[in-house]
Amino acid sequence: MERTHLPPQVYDSSKRGPLAISELRELFRYRDLIYQLVKRDVLTRYKRSVLGVAWTMLNPLGMMVVLTLAFSKIFRFDVPNYPAFILSGLLVWNFFSQTTSAAINAQVWGGGLFKRIYIPRAAFAISSMGTGLVNLVMALVPLLLIMLVTGTPIRWTIVFLPVPVAILVLFSLGVGLLLSTVAVFFPDVAEMYQILLSAWLYLTPIIYPSSVLPEQMRFWLELLNPMYRIVTLFRLPIYDGRLPTWGELWPSLLTTLMLLGLGWYFFTKKSDEFAYRA
Amino acid sequence: MISVPLSSRVAIQLENISVSYRTPKENYTTFKEYAIRFLQGRVKHNVFWALRDVSLTIHQGEIFGLIGRNGAGKSTLLKVVARVLRPTSGRVVVTGLVAPLLEIGAGFHFDLTGRENVYLNGALLGYSRQEINRNFDEMIAFAELQDFVDAPLRTYSSGMVARLGFAVATHFRPNVLIVDEILGVGDEVFQNKCVARIMRFAQQGTTIFLVSHSSALIQSTCTRAAWLSHGHLVGVGGAAEIVAQYHENPDARAALPE
Repeated sequence: MERTHLPPQVYDSSKRGPLAISELRELFRYRDLIYQLVKRDVLTRYKRSVLGVAWTMLNPLGMMVVLTLAFSKIFRFDVPNYPAFILSGLLVWNFFSQTTSAAINAQVWGGGLFKRIYIPRAAFAISSMGTGLVNLVMALVPLLLIMLVTGTPIRWTIVFLPVPVAILVLFSLGVGLLLSTVAVFFPDVAEMYQILLSAWLYLTPIIYPSSVLPEQMRFWLELLNPMYRIVTLFRLPIYDGRLPTWGELWPSLLTTLMLLGLGWYFFTKKSDEFAYRA
Repeated sequence: MISVPLSSRVAIQLENISVSYRTPKENYTTFKEYAIRFLQGRVKHNVFWALRDVSLTIHQGEIFGLIGRNGAGKSTLLKVVARVLRPTSGRVVVTGLVAPLLEIGAGFHFDLTGRENVYLNGALLGYSRQEINRNFDEMIAFAELQDFVDAPLRTYSSGMVARLGFAVATHFRPNVLIVDEILGVGDEVFQNKCVARIMRFAQQGTTIFLVSHSSALIQSTCTRAAWLSHGHLVGVGGAAEIVAQYHENPDARAALPE
């Protein structure tokens, strides 16, 4: 069997453009691999469980119930419809923490594959985002359900949701690429990151509204924690039912693009060494 | 256009290939210690040269053997050809599709079915979904697994897994086939089938790059051979001649001019 429809490929190690560009080309060539990796991760995560993929929706729902019970009894936040508030925040946070951790682990533990066959180095980081996106979209079902049940109006502004989601995906990819590059050289980073994440969660208005924060703290968090703005941006069209103002949008957009650019440059620059390390 | 005779077309061109691995010299127990030393620029590295200045030209349709002791750099050289490692210095040019039989069934997931694994493994080898769609039945037929396609891989025997991996990896005739050690794929009948497929590829113009500890195998199958020792290329020539030299002094340091 011949693969005649393919143009003859010549691999010449001396002829290669900038890595940041050539990696993009390689990823495009291997786009089916990204799809297969996402499919594998979505299918195998719950493969042996009875409820299967339904867990993608039950998971955040369960967490929401626990947190709602805990926080509506202990701390009383002045938030209308707390379950919908917390679930919308959790979806963002779960996406961020799961995809970035997955990207790091794939790079550190999936390193075996890089040593044995050629695949684009960023394939795992990208597919982690794809898997997270599938989970996020599926988890929107229980969120909308909770909003319906609790009587939170669902407005047309929901059509704007893809914009904050895109920002979230690209931001997470940037963080994932940066950290996984570092983690290849210092595997301890993977463990440290888990600790950092638990602190980061409390520095982001996921389970509490930003209104409970003192003015000064809010200022600093908004400035230094990009997730602060991204969570807010995600809640606006769905939970608050309004579009963000330009002033609410551009800081996140700028931070995300800068971080992604930096992550991509750093990752591709070091990617040749991944096969020697890891 | 002037047609060049098949045998004289270059399939693999290695020009002064060197590969070095850098490993930290001391074992830092804590990250803090490492970070401090890193910032001070005091992290010392051992530089280990796995390959040193290797130049080699392999033509289309050749069955080329690579011989040498453990740690001589054979696997590193294969990885350079398979694009897994980039040479630290020097240049490698490989023409056409490369199928590395280094890792049969790379990325197989045991909770997925045989069918799902064919798609996953195929994608890892760079096949598109349409290509797999079109060739799926033939791949399964070659692996003789028609009755098990939709069973999870964990229910397969190790022989069945290896058959599936081989069938996917060698379905399309590559221009360069990299074989590391003898194939331990399935039973004798299936092994013969594998060898027959590889030999047919060779007749059709595929370059076979074979690595083995077994000088008998190299001598019986290869047209030419090269001998690596301590990262240096010690000799290139007819397979019988190289094997004889290797037997005389397997640890020879490079006799070639630096």
